[in-house]
This record gives sequence, C-alpha cells and structure tokens, in this order.
Amino acid sequence: MSKRCERLVDAGRRQFLRGGAVAAAGAAVVTVAPGEAQAAPASAQLDYPSNKLSNVADLAVNEPVDIEYPDADSPGVLLKLGTAVEGGVGPDGDIVAYSVLCPHQGWFLNYNGDDKTFNCPGHYSRYDAEAGGQQIWGHATQNLPQFTLRVADNGDIFAEGCSDLIFGRPSNVL
Amino acid sequence: MAHKRQIDRLPIPPKGAKVHNVTCHYCIVGCGYKAYTWDRNKQGTATDNALGIDLSEQQGADGTWLKPSNYNIVKQDGKDVHLAIYADQDCVVNSGLASVRGARMAENRPSEVTGTQQQRLTDPLVWKYGTWVPTSWDDAQDLVAQVTARAIKEGSEDDLVVSMFDHGGSAGGYENTWGTGKLYFQSMNIKHCRIHNRPAYNSEVHSSRDMGVDELNYGYKDYQVTDTIVMWGANPLECQTNVFLNHMKPGMQNGAKFILVDPRRTVTLNAAEDIAGTENTLHLAINEGTDMALANAIMTIIVDNGWTDDAYVANNTFQDGIAVEQDAAHPAALGSLDEAMKSIRMSAEQAAEICGVSADDIRKAASWIAEPMGGARAKCIIGYEKGVIWGNDNYRTVGSLVNIGLATGNIGQEGGGVCRMGGHQEGYFRPPEPFVGRPPTYIDQLLINGGGKVHHIWACDHYKTTLNITEFKKAYKKRADMVKDAIDAAAGGSREDMINAIVDAVNAGGLFVVDVDVIHTKIGQNAHVILPAVEANEMNLTSMNGERRLRLSEKYMDGPGVAMPDCLIAAGMAQNMERVLRAMGDDAYADKFMGYDWETEEDAFMDGYNSGNPEVTYDRLRAMGNNGVQEPVVGHENGQLIGTERLYADGKFTRHGRDDMKALFCASGWRGWQAEGKADEQAAHRFWVNNGRANIFWQNLFLDQANDFVMDRYPYPFVEMNPDDMADLGVGAGDLVELYNGNGATQAMAYPTPTAKRNQVFMVFAHPNGAQGNIINPGVNELVLPDYKHCWADIRKISDAPASVKGISMKSKEYTA
Repeated sequence: MSKRCERLVDAGRRQFLRGGAVAAAGAAVVTVAPGEAQAAPASAQLDYPSNKLSNVADLAVNEPVDIEYPDADSPGVLLKLGTAVEGGVGPDGDIVAYSVLCPHQGWFLNYNGDDKTFNCPGHYSRYDAEAGGQQIWGHATQNLPQFTLRVADNGDIFAEGCSDLIFGRPSNVL
Repeated sequence: MAHKRQIDRLPIPPKGAKVHNVTCHYCIVGCGYKAYTWDRNKQGTATDNALGIDLSEQQGADGTWLKPSNYNIVKQDGKDVHLAIYADQDCVVNSGLASVRGARMAENRPSEVTGTQQQRLTDPLVWKYGTWVPTSWDDAQDLVAQVTARAIKEGSEDDLVVSMFDHGGSAGGYENTWGTGKLYFQSMNIKHCRIHNRPAYNSEVHSSRDMGVDELNYGYKDYQVTDTIVMWGANPLECQTNVFLNHMKPGMQNGAKFILVDPRRTVTLNAAEDIAGTENTLHLAINEGTDMALANAIMTIIVDNGWTDDAYVANNTFQDGIAVEQDAAHPAALGSLDEAMKSIRMSAEQAAEICGVSADDIRKAASWIAEPMGGARAKCIIGYEKGVIWGNDNYRTVGSLVNIGLATGNIGQEGGGVCRMGGHQEGYFRPPEPFVGRPPTYIDQLLINGGGKVHHIWACDHYKTTLNITEFKKAYKKRADMVKDAIDAAAGGSREDMINAIVDAVNAGGLFVVDVDVIHTKIGQNAHVILPAVEANEMNLTSMNGERRLRLSEKYMDGPGVAMPDCLIAAGMAQNMERVLRAMGDDAYADKFMGYDWETEEDAFMDGYNSGNPEVTYDRLRAMGNNGVQEPVVGHENGQLIGTERLYADGKFTRHGRDDMKALFCASGWRGWQAEGKADEQAAHRFWVNNGRANIFWQNLFLDQANDFVMDRYPYPFVEMNPDDMADLGVGAGDLVELYNGNGATQAMAYPTPTAKRNQVFMVFAHPNGAQGNIINPGVNELVLPDYKHCWADIRKISDAPASVKGISMKSKEYTA
C-alpha cells in the first residue's frame, strides 16, 4: 500500500512539472463560459460531471484505487473500508472517495492502510478515512474534500460532487 | 462525521483589488499575508486577475490557492467588500506557508453577510434593568469614570485593580499597550495590576533579563545554519508552526541535530525524527519539573570537558564572583561562571536519578550541544517556552538554560541563541512602573481576599486562563454580584443615586467590573460595563515577532458596530476621568489625564513608540512591507529602516542595564519543588495533569469557540490518556471525564494516546468547555510566576461520549509515512 502511495507523491511532482499541458486543457474549458453567459443565465451552483470510477465487485477491502475527479488534474482515491461509516455507500456502506491533494499546501497524501489515514509527507497533516476525511492533526483549515458517490443497480460507482474546495483551484470544476 | 464546508468555488480577486500587508495576529511567529479586498459586485477571471496567474490551471504543490477559510465578505468604509487572504510567498518568516490558525483569519472576522463571528461585541453594554443593555460610548464611559474616580478619591489608586494584556498581535500591539500603559502608569500609578496570562505584573523571564540577555536574541534564519536545535519545554510544530516548518526543518535538512526536552512525546518530535532521522534526534523525556537538574548536569559536563568558549566567557561575562546577591527580588545569585558553578555542579548520574533519563543520554545531549567540531564552536540554539516558563522554579530554570548559551559562546553569534519561543507576538511600549514592585502583588489573591474596589479588565479572561480558577470564580462572582444587586435596586433613581449605590456596594466588599474585550467573555459574565474593542486589521497595528521583526499590519476592514481600538478606548477613559475629576474640583489630578487627544491609532503610536524610536513611522513601516525590520531599529537610509539581525553580536550585554555590559551567570542550584503545595499534591493524586496548547486552537479559543471547523473537531477539551489508564478507569475513547483534586474540578474528553506515559495525561489548557486552570493550585514562585504545568488530580468518568463527540476521529496525531 505504502509503496503505491510513494508513487502518488512522485506523480504529484511530475504533475507539477507538466503545468503547461494542464494550462492548455484548463483554458479550453474556461473560454466557453463568456459565450454561454448570454445564451442562458449561469446556474446557482456548480454542475459536476458524473464519472464512473469503478464497480463494487472490483473493490477489495482496504485496497485504495487511484481515481481522477472531477477531471484528470484532480487525483483522488476510492476506498472500500471494510466497515460501514457515516457517508459510506455500497451494499456494506463502507465505500468512500477523497481528494488526495492535501488542503494545506497541495502535497500528495500517502494512504496508511494500517490505521486508515491519509498522511502528508510535507508538513505532517493527517486525515481519517473513516471519519469523513476529518483532519486528525495538521495545518489544513478544512477536512479532506470527499467526493459524493452514487452506486447504480449494477454496482457501478459514480462520483457526482465534492464536499469541499479542492486544493489549487478556485472552482472544483475548472 | 467531519465538518463539510460545501464550498466548491470562490470569487477571484480582480485586477485593481486593494492589497494590504497583513501580519498574522495570532502567534509569536507573525507570518506574512496579503489581504485583497474589492467591491462586492466585481470579480476577476481565471486568466485576468489580481494574482497575475492562470487560475484555470490546477496549481501545483505549494502553489497559490485561496482557502475557503481565508475568504469572507466584510465591511470596509461602510461597504460590503470581498476579502481574500493569501499567505505571502515573499515573506521571509513563512515563505507562503500558512498555519491552521492564520489560514482562518478571514472566516474569524465578523461578517453580517456570511454570519461569521456574530459573537463579536458591537456596542458598549451596561448592566441595568437586570441585564446587559447596549448603550452609547458616552453613557458607558461616564459610568466607568464616575465610579473609578469616586473609588480612587475616597480611597486610593490602590483600590483600582487592572488586568491588562501586554502582548502584540491580536488586539494588542504598540498602539494599545501604550494607550493602557499611559493611562495606568503615567496618568495614574496603578500598583495593583496583572497581565493577561498570569496573576501579577512581572516578566516571564526575569532571570534572563537580569543576566543581561533579552529573551529574543536570535534571528529565525539562525536555525538554518546551526549544528544543534534544542527545544526545551517547547512544542514548535504546534505552537510556532512555521518557525518549525520554514526554519528548523531546513536546518535539520542542512544537518542539524534535534533534542527535545519534554516529559511528553509530541508531534514536534515525530516530525523531527522524520526529517533528521532518529539517529540525529534525542528525546529527553524527563520527570516533570526536573528541567533545571538536567540543565545543570549538562552545564557541568560542558565545563568539566573544557567545551566552554573561554575567550567569549572572558571577554563578555562578569569575572569577579557575585554581582547580584540572592534576595527577595532575585531568587538566585548572579555573577561569574566560577561562582555560579559552585551552585550548579551536578553529575550526570545525580541528574539521571532526579530526571528519570539515562546518564548516557545526558552526556550525549551535552556533546551535541557543546562539543566543538574541528576546533570550531558548536553552534546551538536552545528554544524554551511554557514548559519552562510555567514550570518549576522559573527563575533558576530559565537561568540554567541561559548559562549554557553563555558558557558555550552561543548568544549573539551565528547559529546560536537562547530564546523563548513565545506565545503572542510582542508589542510592549509603556512608561516604567517601579511602583508595581518586585515581587509584585499577587492580584488573584488580592481579589479573592476582598482587595480592590474597581476592576478594569483589558482582554483577559481569568475564568479560563489563570490558576486556582475554582476559588477565584467563587469569590469574584460574589463580589461582582453585590454590585449587580445594588444597580438593580437603584433602578429608577437618578444618575447620582446609581453611582452612590455602586460606591456603597464596593465599600461593603463588592467589586465594580469594567471589561474591555472583543467578545462577551466568561469573566464578562460578572462585569457591569463591557466595552467593545477591535482587533488587528480592524485597526492598523504594529507588533514584533519572535525574532524581533516589526511590521505594520494594515487595517482592511471596519470593526463591528462602534467597537474601537483599545488605545482610543483608553484615551476616552482618560478624557472622561479628566472631566469627572474637574467636576469634583480636583484640577491637579484632572491635569494628569490630559494628553489623549488622539484621533487614530497612529496618533497613539506616535505619542508612544515613536517617542522612543524616532526613526519608526507608519509610512516607513508600510514601505518595509511584510518583511518589516528587526528591532532595535538603528537608522533609516535610502528609504529603508535599518534593523538588527541578532542581539549582542558585539558581546555587549545590555538587558540588565549594567554599565559594564557583561553578562552574568545564574547560580541556579537545584532545590526540588519550589512553589508551595506542589510536592504534597504530587503525592496525593494519581495523575500528573500536564497541560498546554494545541495547534488548532488560538489561545483560549475566544474566536475559535465560534468556528465550526474547530468546534467540530474538539467540542470539548481533549485529555490525552494512555489506553491502559483508560481501561483501568472504564473510560472509552471520547468519554467525558472529570479531573478533580482539592483545588476544584474540570472536565475533558478522553483521547486515547498510546505514547502517553502511564499516570500522566495532557489536557488542552483553556477550552471554554473545560478550563484546566480550575484544578491548578495557587502556588507561585517568589516573583509570583505561576507553575501551571504542575498539577496532579484524580480522574473519573462522567458519561459516555456526548453526541457531538461521536464520529470524530480518535486516532493518533502522529504522522506515519
């Protein structure tokens, strides 16, 4: 588990370096906004994409699955905890998903499967995967952004929203 | 379930937004921020904005990001404006890092639009008609002056008791300490006063100053070039967060070793182990209250091994025996190194026995601190804070640490320093107060015993942040209620009848209470007049941080209602005193209250701080931005204020005021428990109730108690307990427990902590839902410094975890890789 999360840290560094490509993708999304504003009034809240993340049958207990939501630049983890938690979905009420960018300074969080926590290697903040992403200790001023999940009848898991602002963006949907 | 903000986008500051320099008003570190404000109906876009960066792009780690907690809508010149606060990447203090406190500055502002901090006081309140009712400044200030003047004229200035903050940041700063200082120490000579966090008017570090060493003598960048960092009774990752992350961490990455002296394993140690490696980290988990024995043993090893800096000692320290005799004002003699060693000498084995750590670890610590490497002086910084300051035998223990710094030539030199880590920022500029005396009056005891008739309180809450609170509250409430009853009984009469009724009540043992604060506090429940003050950034405010870095933190918003800066409230009080005293026919006394014709806080700054530091003005500080200037300011050249990076670089020690400018060593002989009642209490109760601050809270939670993010995490004060102790007592995670002893009782939420030693717990100090000070005995040292840290109690379960506690995380606070 921890090995894979080390890779997540590396992925973050790479992502930081490839900012140019991200900028191009982001700009394409944003430039449609002014044109649309005249056609129809803007919605009062964000429209989130509904993205299929996985299927219930494909999840193993305490084996985090890397996801990207609401877009490819926002890494997260889908996790079957093994015990029901408040806000958990699926037949066992134990499936949750979180952003893994620390809401303190945007470092990639490591997942520690032993105590089911997310840990920031930069400044030592910690979040509890079993308590809605609550910051156990740290420097962030919000809990970990938790993705809103829906499970379809066939077990497909969709992300369709987010509880808090994701690090590094003024809007969760760029 | 964790608190969810349900915020998924924020406004973007447009080009042309106003930008204000902000120094965080919470802890001593004073991180730099930039506050953007702009009109409610304007916004920037992702690509065209005040930040000049492309926000349509995901920002990388450490990139610029507006946290929802640092956004709000506030009043500025009467208009609603957006407020967005960003940590300043260019500030040398924090380099863009924000703590869990500073990054909530915006949401801890009062906003009529977003509903934050609606607990802030907006109007003066006066107890009338059986409750507190809002009234005008004129009505409230007249009542204060009438009663205060009568009490003094019929008695003396000793009948006016004053509790007043002496700090910077927050609502303190040079402006406000001067306003109150001029009123009470110049217009009056108030002997019966105390400071916000202790029961008397005294220094927390008398011995360091008496030795010639100001307690803030280094620069933070010294951490980056030192060989060894010693944190002694300090927990910097939690309490001075960005000094640890932005200065100590690079220091350790540059090779510095790290020593923690603390009975408790803390997150600071955990992080240091991650950075420096366990082989370069040493935890001396001493028995509580034994710091001085450890320091003396280290000092002995240093001297016996010849690791002293002999040239430094010869040139810069006193050489001829005793310079200052031990007496009532000096709990230890001060003098030469040789003289001090006569009292200090203690073997590593003796100290190991007292401290409960191994002699080898003591020798290792001494070596890391002082053994020269390659013939060069070992560079070492010793940072200490409340574990020492609020500890056993404050005077001698602080002295024992400064001894080590002097002996090894580490004060005033690169990579050196023996400094307190600090709580608030500093911002003290007041007239001298020789009439207070040394030792000063123990004010809490004076009030408990019926002393004083009028009590003016400036941003202090003795119901949360003093010792012996149970006893204090009982006596205080009774006395204040006598005045409330008198006011109620006089309703319907004339103003004169009302004043007479109050004066009669205080002459009969009552106490008239005036409380100046930003919120209606716990002690405010017993006040008769409550006056609303503003905080930093609702006024311009100057302070210095833990490396003496002076900044102007600029006003960017209006205060709530008619709240005013404390300095202008003090000025109003003085003007009313003058008027009332003239009406009473005492022109001579009235004349002493002249000289307060200040329109703004800048006027107060110029009247006070500038009078002693003529180079320093608001304009010049504004030009210095968030990096400011390190005090003392020694000049102004080419548009820049010239400061001082490190004190005593010339080897001339001045804090004691001695003509010879030689530093003195402290004869810090070990003498066991020093404050009254500690040894007996230790013997009588099972648990040592260690106590202190936690990262997420600012001080006594005066703002955080209305912050959902904070109160969701800790609806009750936590008490960290070993799980085996919890099992013994039948206590589960999150259960409410009562901590009790002969001094009183308090409550907390049990937080299982496997690293906690058996029979030792750690309780957060000043939570509104359980004040730890309730159970601290009244024992103080010779100079009336409290020993908050040493408190023993028994513990029993009150109830299962309340609903607000269920669902919150009870996992270890220690980072795991």
